[in-house]
Amino acid sequence: MRGLLLRHLQVFFYSLGQLWRTRWGTLMSVAVIAVSLTLPTGLYLVLQLTDQLSGDWRGGTEISLFLQPQVDDAAARKLADRLTSQPGIASVDYVSAAAALEEFREKSGFGIALELLDENPLPSLLRVRPAGEQIEPGKMKAWLAEFEALPAVEAAEYDYAWVQRLQGLVRIGRQMVLMVSLLLGAGVVLVVGNTIRLAIFNRRDEIEISKLIGATDAFIRRPFLYSGLQQGALGGLLALLLVYAALASLAPAADRLAGYYQSGFTLQIVGWVELLLLPVLGGLLGYSGAWLAVGRHLRDIEPG
Amino acid sequence: MIRFSEVFKRYPDGGDALKNIGFRLAPGEMAFLTGHSGAGKSTLLKLITAIERPTRGQVWIGGENISRIKPRKVPYLRRRVGVIFQDHKLLYDRTVFDNIALPLVVAGLKHAEIRRRVRAALDKVGLLRKERAYPITLSGGEQQRVGIARAVAGKPPLLLADEPTGNLDPALSLEIMNLFAEFNRVGVAVLIASHDLELIRQLGYRQLVLDHGELVAGGEAP
Repeated sequence: MRGLLLRHLQVFFYSLGQLWRTRWGTLMSVAVIAVSLTLPTGLYLVLQLTDQLSGDWRGGTEISLFLQPQVDDAAARKLADRLTSQPGIASVDYVSAAAALEEFREKSGFGIALELLDENPLPSLLRVRPAGEQIEPGKMKAWLAEFEALPAVEAAEYDYAWVQRLQGLVRIGRQMVLMVSLLLGAGVVLVVGNTIRLAIFNRRDEIEISKLIGATDAFIRRPFLYSGLQQGALGGLLALLLVYAALASLAPAADRLAGYYQSGFTLQIVGWVELLLLPVLGGLLGYSGAWLAVGRHLRDIEPG
Repeated sequence: MIRFSEVFKRYPDGGDALKNIGFRLAPGEMAFLTGHSGAGKSTLLKLITAIERPTRGQVWIGGENISRIKPRKVPYLRRRVGVIFQDHKLLYDRTVFDNIALPLVVAGLKHAEIRRRVRAALDKVGLLRKERAYPITLSGGEQQRVGIARAVAGKPPLLLADEPTGNLDPALSLEIMNLFAEFNRVGVAVLIASHDLELIRQLGYRQLVLDHGELVAGGEAP
């Protein structure tokens, strides 16, 4: 048992050494693998973040009730209380016209322009937050009609439709990422398969002689399988670095974006488990490629 | 050690390479396999190492019938038979030491044991000082001796040699043949295919003579 482990270790380092001896060729195929893995990973992360963003907003789905100008503070608060006691409604916030103006002045940057206005152009506002995460569209429509019928309300609006569209897009994007991943994954298998095929042909004599002096198929296969595994894993490692570099360079821009939308969202750098996933996945793909090449070509080399 | 019984070998392209071959080689015996080129010497050796299978008949090696040997058992058969080739079949990107170590690595021996046996084999063929050299820097006779060292490193009970002196001058050829005789003296069975009739007569071992695929002399067990 210990002997077998030792032999595997020997082959492991021997095949690492082989990769180093042919480092330029190795570098090329490792780079191809890295690109093939980086693309779908990057797309996937972008989708993940988009989904996270729209999730933030989904939680914040609310109906805005713009009140008639003549409705005063007291009447508005009374209406807010009444609506709060209605089933299905979690909370109602009252934003007076003055408060709305103040908020707008702070966040829009139009402060100076606002100074020029004689009177506050903004209406008072009730923010109605429905209970529950997902509100079905029919229910939403009924509410909108009900609120608009109230004499104190001038208009009722909700901003959920675009979030739904965005989520639809994310779903389509997911499927595309899946397809792209499958294609590029197959690409990795083929690239490694081809590299291993060349290595097999380059070492034809060695394989033939090894067979002549009693090497088992497993013995002959082993260095090639390790080589595929290592190339794939190295490609995965490089892909990981690329993804990290991309994320790091995107982070400031994303923070700014999140700032505009007053969202709690941050570009999360992926965790340690996901960190290992790319090299492991790359290794598996490389191993499969090597396995294909070895199964296909080692049999052809028989001493004769 | 070797036993052939009514062995026929026909290649797919139609030629009868071997016809009704029957002979025995006792453990520890040394013999020459002779005949014109194309008489079937190489085919006979290939049957012994299971590179080819007989079309008909039985082949036993060390008591094991290998006529229908399973592919996964072939490596273990080959570890019991040391083979020397006319073209040496050395790995030219590896040192002499690594070449000789190859069958031992293949067999999964421990590192210290490999080192010991490679040194012993190198010593026997008189190349102890060349272990760090690359085969390409050696003469033809030295390369052949590396091939022999590789064949004996695993201490097989049977040595096969296919035209081991084919490219060597007479003096070197005699030297190589004497080396085989030395291994034979310590109990290794040796079968050498050669057409160097002058040399063979000189050495005086048993001769198996092939002619157009038929064993015409030396077929009977001693």
